[in-house]
Amino acid sequence: MWLTSSSVGRKLIMSISGLFLILFLAFHMSMNLVAIISSEAYNAVCSFLGSNWYAVAGTAVLAAGVFVHFAYAIILTLQNRKARGEQRYAVSENQGSVEWASQNMFVLGAIVIIGLCIHLSQFWAHMMLPELVGSEELLLTADGTTYAATDGAGLISYTFKNPINVVLYVIWLIALWFHLTHGMWSAMQTLGANNKTWMPRWKCISNIFATVVCAGFIAVVFYGYFA
Amino acid sequence: MEKLINITLKVWRQRGPQEKGAFETYQLENISTESSFLEMLDVLNEKLVKERKEPVVFDHDCREGICGMCSLYINGHPHGKDQEVTTCQLHMRRFNDGDTITIEPWRSAAFPVIRDLMVDRSAFDKIMQAGGYTSVNTGGIPDANAIPIPKPVADEAMDAASCIGCGACVAACKNGSAMLFVSAKVSQLALLPQGKVEAAKRVKSMIAKMDELGFGNCTNTRACEAECPKAVSISNIARLNREFICAKLKD
Amino acid sequence: MTSIPGLFAIGEANFSDHGANRLGASALMQGLADGYFVLPYTIQNYLADQIQVPRMSTDLPEFVEAEKGVQDKINKLMSIQGTESVDSIHKRLGHIMWEYVGMGRTKEGLETAMKKLKELKKEFWSNVYIPGEANTLNTELEKALRLSDFLEIGYLMAIDGYNRNESCGGHFREEYQTEEGEALRQDDQYSYVACWKYTGENSDPELLKEPLDYEETERKTRNYKN
Repeated sequence: MWLTSSSVGRKLIMSISGLFLILFLAFHMSMNLVAIISSEAYNAVCSFLGSNWYAVAGTAVLAAGVFVHFAYAIILTLQNRKARGEQRYAVSENQGSVEWASQNMFVLGAIVIIGLCIHLSQFWAHMMLPELVGSEELLLTADGTTYAATDGAGLISYTFKNPINVVLYVIWLIALWFHLTHGMWSAMQTLGANNKTWMPRWKCISNIFATVVCAGFIAVVFYGYFA
Repeated sequence: MEKLINITLKVWRQRGPQEKGAFETYQLENISTESSFLEMLDVLNEKLVKERKEPVVFDHDCREGICGMCSLYINGHPHGKDQEVTTCQLHMRRFNDGDTITIEPWRSAAFPVIRDLMVDRSAFDKIMQAGGYTSVNTGGIPDANAIPIPKPVADEAMDAASCIGCGACVAACKNGSAMLFVSAKVSQLALLPQGKVEAAKRVKSMIAKMDELGFGNCTNTRACEAECPKAVSISNIARLNREFICAKLKD
Repeated sequence: MTSIPGLFAIGEANFSDHGANRLGASALMQGLADGYFVLPYTIQNYLADQIQVPRMSTDLPEFVEAEKGVQDKINKLMSIQGTESVDSIHKRLGHIMWEYVGMGRTKEGLETAMKKLKELKKEFWSNVYIPGEANTLNTELEKALRLSDFLEIGYLMAIDGYNRNESCGGHFREEYQTEEGEALRQDDQYSYVACWKYTGENSDPELLKEPLDYEETERKTRNYKN
């Protein structure tokens, strides 16, 4: 199968899975913004996306997307290290036009994955997971307050009251910003949807998109902290 | 104005593909700033031969930036820090008195070192043999107005054709990817009517050969484009991807 | 193809007007025309017939002799272990050619050149220094092998220039010029096609010539005045 056996095919898998995750991020960010406007509305969204079959199916596809994107990142990185050869340059310098993010996509991606794990343990494990396993277990926090699985807004304000979480999430989202600024136009390039005219356009679109998405997420984090 | 400078060279010495290499340091005095980089290496070699040592082996041929033979990784850049020049077009006026210059061979698994600074770039020839040509008999030269080609297309084909196959793109790429080279060679033909006939077959066989020879995957860092002595653009890589994906989808 | 089967003379050396036309651009066009249009329709005819020819054995006396010749030459070069680098002798060769065998030549200059070239050749074969070993990649040995040919051809050019007591084309003997400084030909003596025969390492080459007879065209002297 040319998708997995050729270098361009493997890059295409990275590109399409990446674009899919980008779509998800846009959706997730818009949903989060609801929390700033109204806690009730946000909780309504949360319960709508609870353990309903379409939400579960969506989550499974999403998990598959993350898995494929990450697995191929590892495969490609290993192949690329091998292609580079054992002997490294003693002196290596970048031309100014080479962006830092583009050279460090794997590291940035790894930070994003670690952040994702923390995020899942803090939110998904207390929201969708209990519903899936059919337990009505409520999150009991250190100070004795309980949160229902559908009380996403409460969970937000609880989590981000802790400044450590705020710092962790900001670092995570900054890494995501760098990852997206390169990843988005790069995906279009791999798809072949690029040329000299569209290059600056895609880069501009990527920068704007990454900034909007990350700013939206960070806004909710700070909203949770200050509210 | 001519100046004489003293420099220190750190040169990679390696006797053969299987042997272990190491840096050797050489001092050169009174190097004219008007000499070219390769002339400076000639001076070094003359000095080494006088000292009854073996000279540094490096590739060079036309020394006017068109043959694609010279291939040195100078102070962390293929063909040196200057933009859009090959090593032979690099001049000593770019260096200052007392500078230390580190010279390494292209480093990539697909380009094994033959000796010292000379690497085996026959992998590029193999990619070309896999499809970098038109086998249709195009006959004699037609009248210029017989097959109209839009100026921007002709320009792009010409820009792609300016690739001299030196391998700086592979040397600069952290993934050892040859995509810029292959994309230039595919583009120069795919853009023009004579090359379009075999475009799909060509792109498939050239990419298959590139993968087989152990070049890496492109991650769009654009280091190749920044270091290319002929400023070949990565928009060619987008075209290569497009040609390849379309060809495979049609199968 | 030349009269030697398998030996093709192309580009500037392709056919009758070799030497008659020394304009750079048209000589270049000859190279391009031959490369693009002539060779693709000629060399393949020759190669097609070669499919019938069995592979030659490397035990043939000619092969053994040629291989031994090259091997001996390499051994000799490597055994000299003198003090002069290949490049320094190459540069001296260049200076002699530039000084005495350039566009404007004189009898005395060519005599000096021949003398100096003989000395230089002798020095090359007795005092060149080639570091390293013969059976590894050795760029100095490669250069030395080429330089040994350059020394031969340089000497041949000097002899040829010395032999031709006239000015013609790119060969301008300063003794032979008109009052206006134009080339002065001596058609009665030099109207021939010639080649030089190699007669051995230490003897001068022998001139072989065929008369040049014009039947249809009239010979003229080129000048840039009218």
